[in-house]
Amino acid sequence: MKTAIGPDIVEGQTMLQEIYHDSPRQDHKRKIRWTAILLAGYLLAARPVFGNSEDPSQVPNMFKPQSTPAHSIFHLSLFVLAICAVIFVIVFSLLTYSVIKFRRRANDDGREPPPIYGSNQIELAWTVIPVLIVLVLFLATARVIHGIQQAKKPAEAIEVIAIGHQFWWEFRYPALGVLTANELHVPVSDPSHPTPTFITLLSADTDHSFWVPRLAGKTDLIPNHENHMWIDPDEPGIFIGQCAQYCGTQHAKMLLRVYVDSPEQFKKWVQEQSKPAQVSESAKEGRRIFETTACINCHAVSGTVADGRFGPDLTHLMSRDTIASGAATNTFENLRLWIHDPETIKPGSLMPAMNLNQKDLDAVTAYLETLR
Amino acid sequence: MASETIALTAAHDVSQPIGTILHDWVTTVDHKKLGILYILYALVFLVIGGIEATIMRIQLIVPHNHFVSPQVFNRMFTMHGTTMIFFVAMPILFGFGNYLIPLMIGARDMAFPRLNAWSFWLTAFGGLLLYFSFVGGNGLYGAGTAPDVGWFAYAPLTATAFSMGHSTDFWTLGLLVSGFGSIGTAVNILATIVCLRCPGMTLGKMPLFAWLNLVMAAMVLLAISPLTAAQIMLSLDRFLGAHFFDTQAGGSAVMWMHFFWIFGHPEVYVLVIPAFAFASEIIPVFSRKPIFGYPVMVAATVCIGFVGFSVWAHHMFTVGMNSYANSFFTITTMAIGVPTGIKIFNWIGTMWGGKIIFKTPMLFCIAFLFQFLIAGLTGIMLSAAPFDWQLGNSYFVVAHFHYVIVGGILFTLFGAFYYWFPKMSGRMYNETLGRWHFWLFFIGFHLTFDFMHVPGLLGMPRRIYTYEPGRGWEIWNLICTVGVVFQIAGTFVFIGNLLWSYFKGKAAGNDPWDAWTLEWSTSSPPVEYNFARIPVVKSRRPLWDIKHPEDPDWKYE
Amino acid sequence: MSTTSSVPSSMEQSWVLPSRGRVGMLSLIAAELAIFTIFVVAYLFYIGKSVTGPLPKDVLELPIFASICLLSSSLTIHAAVSALRNGRVRTFAIWWFATMVLGLIFLGETAREWHHLIFEKGLTISTNLFGTTYYSLVGLHAFHVTVGLICIAVAMILALLGKLKQEHSERADIFSLYWHFVDVVWIVVFTVVYIIGR
Repeated sequence: MKTAIGPDIVEGQTMLQEIYHDSPRQDHKRKIRWTAILLAGYLLAARPVFGNSEDPSQVPNMFKPQSTPAHSIFHLSLFVLAICAVIFVIVFSLLTYSVIKFRRRANDDGREPPPIYGSNQIELAWTVIPVLIVLVLFLATARVIHGIQQAKKPAEAIEVIAIGHQFWWEFRYPALGVLTANELHVPVSDPSHPTPTFITLLSADTDHSFWVPRLAGKTDLIPNHENHMWIDPDEPGIFIGQCAQYCGTQHAKMLLRVYVDSPEQFKKWVQEQSKPAQVSESAKEGRRIFETTACINCHAVSGTVADGRFGPDLTHLMSRDTIASGAATNTFENLRLWIHDPETIKPGSLMPAMNLNQKDLDAVTAYLETLR
Repeated sequence: MASETIALTAAHDVSQPIGTILHDWVTTVDHKKLGILYILYALVFLVIGGIEATIMRIQLIVPHNHFVSPQVFNRMFTMHGTTMIFFVAMPILFGFGNYLIPLMIGARDMAFPRLNAWSFWLTAFGGLLLYFSFVGGNGLYGAGTAPDVGWFAYAPLTATAFSMGHSTDFWTLGLLVSGFGSIGTAVNILATIVCLRCPGMTLGKMPLFAWLNLVMAAMVLLAISPLTAAQIMLSLDRFLGAHFFDTQAGGSAVMWMHFFWIFGHPEVYVLVIPAFAFASEIIPVFSRKPIFGYPVMVAATVCIGFVGFSVWAHHMFTVGMNSYANSFFTITTMAIGVPTGIKIFNWIGTMWGGKIIFKTPMLFCIAFLFQFLIAGLTGIMLSAAPFDWQLGNSYFVVAHFHYVIVGGILFTLFGAFYYWFPKMSGRMYNETLGRWHFWLFFIGFHLTFDFMHVPGLLGMPRRIYTYEPGRGWEIWNLICTVGVVFQIAGTFVFIGNLLWSYFKGKAAGNDPWDAWTLEWSTSSPPVEYNFARIPVVKSRRPLWDIKHPEDPDWKYE
Repeated sequence: MSTTSSVPSSMEQSWVLPSRGRVGMLSLIAAELAIFTIFVVAYLFYIGKSVTGPLPKDVLELPIFASICLLSSSLTIHAAVSALRNGRVRTFAIWWFATMVLGLIFLGETAREWHHLIFEKGLTISTNLFGTTYYSLVGLHAFHVTVGLICIAVAMILALLGKLKQEHSERADIFSLYWHFVDVVWIVVFTVVYIIGR
């Protein structure tokens, strides 16, 4: 199918379609060729899809904590690692020593070594010492468990309700009148005057798990089972994570981005997000198509007739850096591709291909591009 | 007596028509033949499970790879886990137990030979039922889908709303059926050890292998049943519209997790305790010393058996239990490290002062000691609930449990293969090929599973068919996949060695290792009735007593 | 082939281990208890959590008669086994038959109760959490009663054909362990469903 975008997209689409939609009796040669030229070829065809907006130092490394729960876990982990390292060194040395020292030599006389059946003192020693180690480890751990799970919520805390969906995140700020998706904005928390974010975790379908390693440990989102967590990032920045409980076909691309804003940035963001959708004359046709097609069954745009809740809220779609829960960057081409054929970006996601003709597709995409 | 015995066809007697031989094997109730059937069945599934793993590792070798679709990948990790646990590890351990326990305790067969056969065929059928899903489990994705809900099949992903078609049902029913087989075998092992020991073999004098299998069997009885119950509940939900795990009707997804892990955690002890049993037989013989601290080893194992039922929710630390529950499961999990550590110390104590012989079985057991130490320590890391809030459900956990199952259990299993192959086949294996197998597999195992810990520490969750570039995961995934090549090579060498040695190996004789337990007093392979006269024993090492009448064990034990 | 160390014959005579049938049956019972425990836990956990539909107190009546029948069958089977152990095969057959009848009455009563619940009270396994846990727990128990009754019927036929003799009393005794287990489970189920759950 010819498109206005360019032949490389078409080829990428076609090849991807063939991979995903054909029977297992695929041509092996094609598969091998694909894997061989994968990186180069895919980067070319996928350049619009996976741009370079990710900071290369965005490694979700739990050893670089930036929030109190992550800090507490980090310190506990160092303690646990240290104890394990000591145990390892001792036992490893004993093992290595015994394997070397007590090997049968070439000039062995064939006599059996003296049989030692056991030693109560030794058994006692290597029972008591591990028990003490366990006690120490446990006490250190229990402190952290209680510290994180029983933290009091200060009055200035930001309250967020996170609802897990197959395969995207819904974020609501009930006190602030904000409803958004996939990209969580929180204010940076000054330790002298903390403004942590307390997140209530719910699910609309299966189990999910909220995991942004540099900010906190993961907590699951389980239907009919409310969970709670909190973060208080102490530096502004973007922190990445993803769903950490297998939730179905596209569990792998249910990505997370947490934007830690300065207080001013956060205030501005809240103000923008609480406004209803912008109305733009240029996008009238696109809006008409959007509102008379199945789009509104799943999506909502505040201030319009669209109030579907199955999919992400699109009122401020263009305020987000990514679409499809991080699976693609938020560009015109990707948005268009997503509406036209989501299987190329996120095969198995619950967004259906909308089967619009080229003109309507352009119009709807243009309309969405006005939803700042 | 001689007139009642049935002449045995020796292991290499192929003068019978193939139909008779097949009929013999299919209808056998002889524990040795059933043991071998279990082992061969498991080896076939080991290869299949390995292929599934290889497919996953190829898909993950680079980010955004397109080797397989997400749907296929999700079926791969589900089938790989399910296969390896239920149709490789359990059958192979039951197989060795079946073969060796009667021989070691001086009995002629298991307590219930026909139950034994029934249990094997049930297990076998369960596996075939599961694999039939590849062609028969029609869902909305086209003809034939295997289950793709993960080997622990969390609710409500397994509800009909989220798993359409019958792929999940193949998982449930295949395991339900083989679960009955497992319970049958456990009943058999327990009754055999309690009721059929030869005169003089008190519980304190039986080989550690028997003790550990006794504890394992008791655990199976109590652990498989919760899984059976949960699977019945899931099937009622899926077939009759029940609401056990239907969160829309007030059901609890967390309850599935509790029931599953009340099975799942003891299950891993069910798997590892027979591995300990292999090590406890092999290490003494190749150190030329009796096991150090036999009573403590028994006590530690029984302790693990009990405490093992109190730790299950450490798989659920992230589920949102309150801080008291999290603390409880932290301390029980840490506590179970104590008896486990004691066992490691006792094995070292066995080698200490001995004369270690580095034949292939011992190589694998020594590697097991190093690897199980590491596996235990990463387990301690995971036992600290807050640390688990980061590491749980990540590749760190995947690395940890593969370290236990491959680095611990599979390595001792390889050791057991080489140790008892001469007894089962009458031939010696090729020692050079054995060493090649060991080193290839050792290198591959460490390449794959040492470095697999790192992506977990860097935030890579498990069960993802692809991952984003730029998160620092690429190089580690690449190395993990490279290790697979060595493991495959090692496995080929292993199978080649078994086949070659079976046909061309040197005759082994009764007791090639100069060992001390009763199985080595029989011929290799043993006659069908095991012992012409039931032995009478006085110590834990009856053959030592015979070989060293001037210095028998029963004077000192 | 095998060698033995020389041991006084007195040891061989006093070497007595438990009967494998008994140990096997007790192991099986342990496993079954574990299955029932899980269903009981689910039942207890879901008490009061049904979102809709008939509640236990609205529809459940105490199955007193059925329970008396089932629990008495433990006495009759005990009498049967004692009779067989003492060689009184005819007495055994009578008590054994009584056990079967009592078990059948229990099943019949259960069927009646279920018919009433389904067709008159509108409670099925898919109605709500109560329906789910009730039918599965009581049903699992009834299934075990049925299996037991089949075994009893087979033994009954063998007794009528004159093939069941005094030497089989040990086996009958081991089977009765299963039957007693079924009764004990009923006591638990009764307590959980009809007393605690209501």
